[in-house]
Amino acid sequence: MRMLTFASRNTKEILRDILTLIFGIAFPIVLLVLLSMINKSIPQGYGPDLFQIEKLTPGITVFGLSFLSLFSSMLIAKDRTTSFVLRLFTSPLKPSDFILGYTLPMIPMAIIQSVICYLAAMIFGLEFSANIFLAVAVNIPIALVFIALGLLFGTILSEKAVGGVCGALLTNLSAWFSNIWFDTAMVGGAFKKVADCLPFSHAVAAARAAAAGDYSAIMPDLWWVIGYAVVLLVAAIAVFSVKLKKH
Amino acid sequence: MEAIRTENLVKKYKDKTAVKGLDLTVHQGELYALLGVNGAGKSTTIKMLSCLTQPTSGDAFVMGHSVVKEADQVKAIMNVSPQETAVAAKLSVRENLEFIARIYGCDKKQAREKTDQILEEFSMQEIEKSRAATLSGGWQRRLSIAMALITQPQVLFLDEPTLGLDVLARRELWSVIEKLKGKMTIILTTHYLEEAESLSDRIGIMAKGVLCAEGTAAELKAKAGCDDFEEAFIKLAEEVNSNIR
Repeated sequence: MRMLTFASRNTKEILRDILTLIFGIAFPIVLLVLLSMINKSIPQGYGPDLFQIEKLTPGITVFGLSFLSLFSSMLIAKDRTTSFVLRLFTSPLKPSDFILGYTLPMIPMAIIQSVICYLAAMIFGLEFSANIFLAVAVNIPIALVFIALGLLFGTILSEKAVGGVCGALLTNLSAWFSNIWFDTAMVGGAFKKVADCLPFSHAVAAARAAAAGDYSAIMPDLWWVIGYAVVLLVAAIAVFSVKLKKH
Repeated sequence: MEAIRTENLVKKYKDKTAVKGLDLTVHQGELYALLGVNGAGKSTTIKMLSCLTQPTSGDAFVMGHSVVKEADQVKAIMNVSPQETAVAAKLSVRENLEFIARIYGCDKKQAREKTDQILEEFSMQEIEKSRAATLSGGWQRRLSIAMALITQPQVLFLDEPTLGLDVLARRELWSVIEKLKGKMTIILTTHYLEEAESLSDRIGIMAKGVLCAEGTAAELKAKAGCDDFEEAFIKLAEEVNSNIR
């Protein structure tokens, strides 16, 4: 009950920020539209395979989810740097209420974000199939990875630093190592090895497999993502609890 | 009856002792001002009493509940209006109030009723739909105090409630605080000595982590042999400083 009240407050704070709409919805759709248009103007067979709408859309949905880190970390960092957090820490809210209250509002946002991206992609030629629902479901553990990163960075960094780390660094890193914009195998070497160790390329591969209905290819990559989500969430809870006690 | 009692309360930060064996008693319904220069230990004391930080040793009891062993019970019966304005910026005035009421256990209906009541008491009906971030500093502070009061706490901590406000806004808040007197126990920390003198039933002066003097404003002036409260404060605080030096 208390946790849901706190989650509801967090939802309002995030949704009333214009940045949420710009980065969460508008930016991924603009990218989808631009890349689809570019791809359409390239003669068939000459454009990059990755920019085909069937491959591009799952990738863009994952890229859009990276902004969840920015939203959650900004909110936590802002709460931490104002006296509002003192009010919350002296209230009957428990550490678990804080973690869940910051996490839960992000999940429906992730689902809505993915659904909007897939709907927009249909305008540009993506065929409707039931697999799209599966792809949206596969995006949930991926969203948890980004939410956990946001919780972690929002807990340890200042409001100013968090904008740079989650807004610029993380979104760029997750894009470079994701296979959305270019195939990391083309770069090869250490870059490819790092990409394979991080969850981003696995997230995109799982989302693409789900959207394509290639069911057997989903779980090998999704396990990576689930593993990262669990580890990062546990780390975020531990760091947040330590910070709470230190306060 | 005692609303607050501290027993040999100590708080150490690495090699610095911020509060040194504090024994303090505040009676129920009293408005008690805790004064002291920066670093005197008053903020640390408030943090321990409001369960924000654990004492290194000793204990404090809020309405009979130990802040060490019964923090949940203490949190349920007290509230804090922090030094800076503590409001959720993107929520409206009403949403802020209902949010606090609900995290303290009210259901939707109770939260709405309590909010209606406090909006009226604080003359905030006209701005109930305004987002907190759009309010002036004075109104934000007023909202911040209203958020602490909506839970009907038995003990209220007001940490520098008028800091940074202009004279008019400060006087308005004084009248709000005046109206609360007797309804609950209030611990007020302030740097404005005239605020403490005007509002408090009793005043405690802290210096170097110890309570160096306590009494009504008149008693403290008599103790220091001064007619002016500011002079009395300086004299009493400096006595401790010179003794510890």
